[in-house]
Amino acid sequence: MVCESWKAKLDTYLDGEIPEKEMRTFDAHVRNCPSCSADALTKVQMKRAIQAAGKRFTPSAEFRKRMQQSIAPKRQRSFRLGWMLAAAAAMILVVGSLTSAYLGIRSGRDLASRDHVYSEIADLHVATLASSSPVDVISTDRHTVKPWFQGKIPFAFNLPDLQNSEFSLLGGRMTYLDQTPGAHLIYDVRKHHISVFVFQERSLKLPASLENNFLSPKKPFNMETWSQGGLRYFVIGDASAADINNLAKLFKTTSS
Amino acid sequence: MFYYVDVSGAELQPDSFEELAMPLFDQLYNFAHWLTQNREEAEDLVQETYVKALKGFSSFQLGTNFRAWMYRILRNTFLTSRTGLKATMTVPLDLEEDGPEVAVERDTPETLLFDRTNRELLQHTIDELPVYFREILLLCEVEEMSYQEISETLSVPIGTVMSRLSRARKTLRDRLRPQVQAGAGTAAMAKGTNHGL
Repeated sequence: MVCESWKAKLDTYLDGEIPEKEMRTFDAHVRNCPSCSADALTKVQMKRAIQAAGKRFTPSAEFRKRMQQSIAPKRQRSFRLGWMLAAAAAMILVVGSLTSAYLGIRSGRDLASRDHVYSEIADLHVATLASSSPVDVISTDRHTVKPWFQGKIPFAFNLPDLQNSEFSLLGGRMTYLDQTPGAHLIYDVRKHHISVFVFQERSLKLPASLENNFLSPKKPFNMETWSQGGLRYFVIGDASAADINNLAKLFKTTSS
Repeated sequence: MFYYVDVSGAELQPDSFEELAMPLFDQLYNFAHWLTQNREEAEDLVQETYVKALKGFSSFQLGTNFRAWMYRILRNTFLTSRTGLKATMTVPLDLEEDGPEVAVERDTPETLLFDRTNRELLQHTIDELPVYFREILLLCEVEEMSYQEISETLSVPIGTVMSRLSRARKTLRDRLRPQVQAGAGTAAMAKGTNHGL
């Protein structure tokens, strides 16, 4: 089989920079072509080796401390003191509630890394809802919310049509997990807020046991996560397990 | 490390800068050290980058890529910190016009190399690459930046990112090959099983 046209794009494919539709075709070809899969393996080994070798230098603790001191804002005791105190009190409340939620989710020190990911997602969900401006793009129209992410995150995704469903879209914002940019959508169902997070799967360092894991009944939030089309989805909220699952199904259908 | 940053505020405050910039500290330092190849210079470069970024933070546009912005400041600071370096950063046009690497030879012992985790050899070879190849490899493979982010960081079109990356990978591979083959041969000789190499 002549594979030159595929091989010419192999680096771009492995960098995750090929359009999603073409990516699926490429996946299928690489799976079935021994020559291309061998080349892909070699290139992946090289990428991993460079990644490992590239993380080589670490700043000293002293330098970090010096830098933190040099960029820390100078606190002013002025007419803004009252406002600052109020803000500080609010921060303490937020941090307190976040810590409680965090500790509530993390019931022990020996939590598995899977639970750690759940905790991070729960934190993002809680922190956003506690914010005075939970969304950056406020719209119930998916055709408004989706284009807003263009150029802000390095991938595209589809939003489900909510007609004839109980869900309504409130808006979206950018978010970060494991230093990876992603999309955060917020939905409403019977006065419960549900967060949907979308990240590039390849950018996250997730435990293998996370795959298709469903719900966490002993925790404050129900959560479902899955991987589809190179993207990792998380759906989380205090709504019922059935609601979480229904919203997840809508996304899965739209993205398939 | 997991962290969360919020760039949604109506106004960018100095507090926001610290929250956004400090999580990038380790990565920026690593990149700076690769560029300067010297700890003291790397520290100076990172420090100058943060000072410049803090000064210019009010002009940072919400919704744009903060990480790429920081890396761009660091790189530009690096370029202007060494006399004449800018000239060496200019990649000859004929390099950019070359197409992507197409063929991959099957019988190279790369697998052996990386199975043995010969990290120092690889680090040395990356060190020896020209800066314009070194930086793009690190941004792509270590910082895992998208082509768009690299394009913003280096201020070059995405097409240039792709061709330069391809050339960088090919150059690295070409320089590694003789060392790898020598290493593989030596290892096999030591085991007394040099057939097939």
